[in-house]
Amino acid sequence: MTPILEARGVTRSFGPIEVLHGVDFSLVPGEVHALIGENGAGKSTTMKILGGYLAPTSGELLLDGEPVRFADQRAAEAAGILMIHQEFNLAMQLTAEENLFLGRERRRGLFLDHKAMRDEARDLLARLDCHVDPRTRIRDMSVPNRQMVEIARALGRNARVLIMDEPTAVLTGRETDVLLGQIERLKAQGTAILYTSHKLDEIGRIADRVTVLRDGAHVTTRPAAGFTEHAMAEAMVGRELSDLFPAKPAAGDDVVLEVKGLTVPGKVRDASFTLRRGEVLGFAGLVGAGRTELMEGIVGLRPATGEVRVNGKPIKAGSVLAAREAGLVYLTEDRKEKGLLLGKSLTENLTLLALDRFGRLSIDKRSEDAALTRAISDFDIRVKDRVMKAGSLSGGNQQKLLLAKTMLAEPQIVIIDEPTRGIDIGTKQQIYDFIAALAAEGKSVIVVSSELPEVIGLASRVVVMGRGHIAGELTGDQITEDAILRRAMGVGELTGASA
Amino acid sequence: MSDSTAIEGRTKPRRRIPLHALGPVLALVALIILGASLNSNFLSYGNVTNVLARSAFIGIIAVGMTFVITAGGIDLSVGSMAAFVAGVMILAMNAMIPTLGVGVPLVLAGMVVALLAGFGAGLINGFLISKVGIEAFIVTLGSMGIYRSLTTWLADGGTLSLNFEARSFYRPVYYDGILGVAWPIIVFAVVAILGELAMRKTPFGRHCAALGANEQVAKYSAVNVDRVRMATYVLLGMLVGLATIMYVPRLGSASGSTGVLWELEAIAAVIIGGTVLKGGYGRVWGTVVGVLILSLIDNILNLASIVSPYLNGAIQGVIVILAVVLQRESKPAD
Repeated sequence: MTPILEARGVTRSFGPIEVLHGVDFSLVPGEVHALIGENGAGKSTTMKILGGYLAPTSGELLLDGEPVRFADQRAAEAAGILMIHQEFNLAMQLTAEENLFLGRERRRGLFLDHKAMRDEARDLLARLDCHVDPRTRIRDMSVPNRQMVEIARALGRNARVLIMDEPTAVLTGRETDVLLGQIERLKAQGTAILYTSHKLDEIGRIADRVTVLRDGAHVTTRPAAGFTEHAMAEAMVGRELSDLFPAKPAAGDDVVLEVKGLTVPGKVRDASFTLRRGEVLGFAGLVGAGRTELMEGIVGLRPATGEVRVNGKPIKAGSVLAAREAGLVYLTEDRKEKGLLLGKSLTENLTLLALDRFGRLSIDKRSEDAALTRAISDFDIRVKDRVMKAGSLSGGNQQKLLLAKTMLAEPQIVIIDEPTRGIDIGTKQQIYDFIAALAAEGKSVIVVSSELPEVIGLASRVVVMGRGHIAGELTGDQITEDAILRRAMGVGELTGASA
Repeated sequence: MSDSTAIEGRTKPRRRIPLHALGPVLALVALIILGASLNSNFLSYGNVTNVLARSAFIGIIAVGMTFVITAGGIDLSVGSMAAFVAGVMILAMNAMIPTLGVGVPLVLAGMVVALLAGFGAGLINGFLISKVGIEAFIVTLGSMGIYRSLTTWLADGGTLSLNFEARSFYRPVYYDGILGVAWPIIVFAVVAILGELAMRKTPFGRHCAALGANEQVAKYSAVNVDRVRMATYVLLGMLVGLATIMYVPRLGSASGSTGVLWELEAIAAVIIGGTVLKGGYGRVWGTVVGVLILSLIDNILNLASIVSPYLNGAIQGVIVILAVVLQRESKPAD
């Protein structure tokens, strides 16, 4: 079958640096073709070239077998090629319906034809099994529903090719299932889908073919059937992968953090737990269970009542600074919005949390510079140059920078929320090793994660949260996916929804 | 994309001096050359002192405004605030003459009153913005009207004048100086240098930029967001007080039309200087250059007769817009 869209020997340079070296990629109608690779392997660049956002420096694009050059993304869209971004392109203040028809509103005479648009919007969303009212504003919708609106918009524009950039990064397991079901349906209707994800198990479930990129070059393209997750990971990393998780260090005896009866209004009720020296404590639960809110309450980012003691001493409520001074820091799950100043330099980001260590009255630029040098080597941050902006780093390197920033405060207790969200497997492994090393040094770590294998692989004890309270605690061999899920949903109501 | 290699630890940071950062300086140099070629008096001691001394009021305020804007805020009330502070200062000094007499203690007391009034006005703005959580634009739009109207009310629709003897005694604070440099120029220079150091070298400056760039990140990085924001408005209020201390001896009076449009001139100077209006990045030296550009345009139009001085505002407006357009082209290809 002729591919709808094909890239042949495509390269792309930014300035003097070539980041994509002769990539081949094709999409035939009714297939899901997965594009995988580590952060910085060239996936985004490839997708942007196929979607018309970037022009190739050399090589050619073929549309239905004919060479084509998209002037811009609108030209690609006119040809039926639509890209769905990780960060959605939706106007938050507008309704689903208004977003669906943005720029191509239906009219009757001079005025908008609201009825036609509403019916069509309802129709499009129904095709995706998404039953939200088209009159709902995007900002009032859940993340998966926003995603459905994005996809519906692509459908409304008669997409023949759908480019999906990590669509499941922000979805829970069940939401992912719904999405994958819808992808199957689109596929059956003849849409060609380019799919990227760091979750290799999804790739195995959904993809027909898999293309692996590494360092901007094409490694392999082969049928997904028989391509194991392990083989995919090795093709991405380019070396043999040993065990993903390091050995679990043994926890000490003394309690370093004690949380008693912590309540975050509307989010968490009466949570109590302890953390010991040198321990890696996992926090599992469904999205919306209140894990992030609990942690933010502990470090003073949210108003909370209850008691938090570090080394037996209560810390001042509502002050991130007091928590930091007591040796307790929190690393946010949202590195782009809450973790890093994307438009600022690496140094400014690195030292922001622990700025007082670089001089109370006047900042010592030389020691800041030395700190950056140390961070780059200690955390293996891959930087183009030292004056680049944090936002130009790849996701994995941003996460490493965030880790380095947090560790500059020399904490005793580190709470890491979703340590590896949106990060490739090679970097994941580095971060896991780092967490284990921290615990081995006698520091204590709390890992909050929605990825169960991560919690199971790292933590020697797991606290499970469900609907705003602590639903159970598991240690040693008790820590299994089944046991965690059962507690997260509340025993006996396995069909229950996430709160 | 980040296909790249880890930089060796010993590599020196590369210094980049982007041309667009120097734009305001080049414009200032061009204006000076233009002025000197149009009128031989332009570079004379008298003219330079006149331009710099008159720039000082707006300049001192604009330095404070740089911090407010860098931290993501705005203050529209500074012009009215200056009028109000001047009015309060004059009334207070007149009232204190019977007890203190005309002399140094009276002037010092007047200065303290002005600084306190500025501090209080800034504190009110800052409190409403950071603690009550009302938008800076709204709060300062409101306080702009309030201070202006209070001044007119205090002056009963006319002019508040400093007692004649006190005025004569206080006058040298504007007209005299050390080694031929007038006091307002010295104060402006000191404020500018301290401001530049505070912006670049201190945690406060770094925190302002972080807050303006992304409040959430600042909050999550243990920055006391409310306190930093409040501090920017208080600092600005006190600098308005300081500017007023320099301004009152010039005319010895204040009225409802004192300091009209100062807020816009200060904001314009900040923007011409390269500070980002949305916040997140600010430079005090740029603001100083911006202030000088604005007053030089005024001065050149008055000295040279090729363009009517009535077009001053139009030319300044063009410069502001042009400055922002020129500074926009700093996005790299990636």
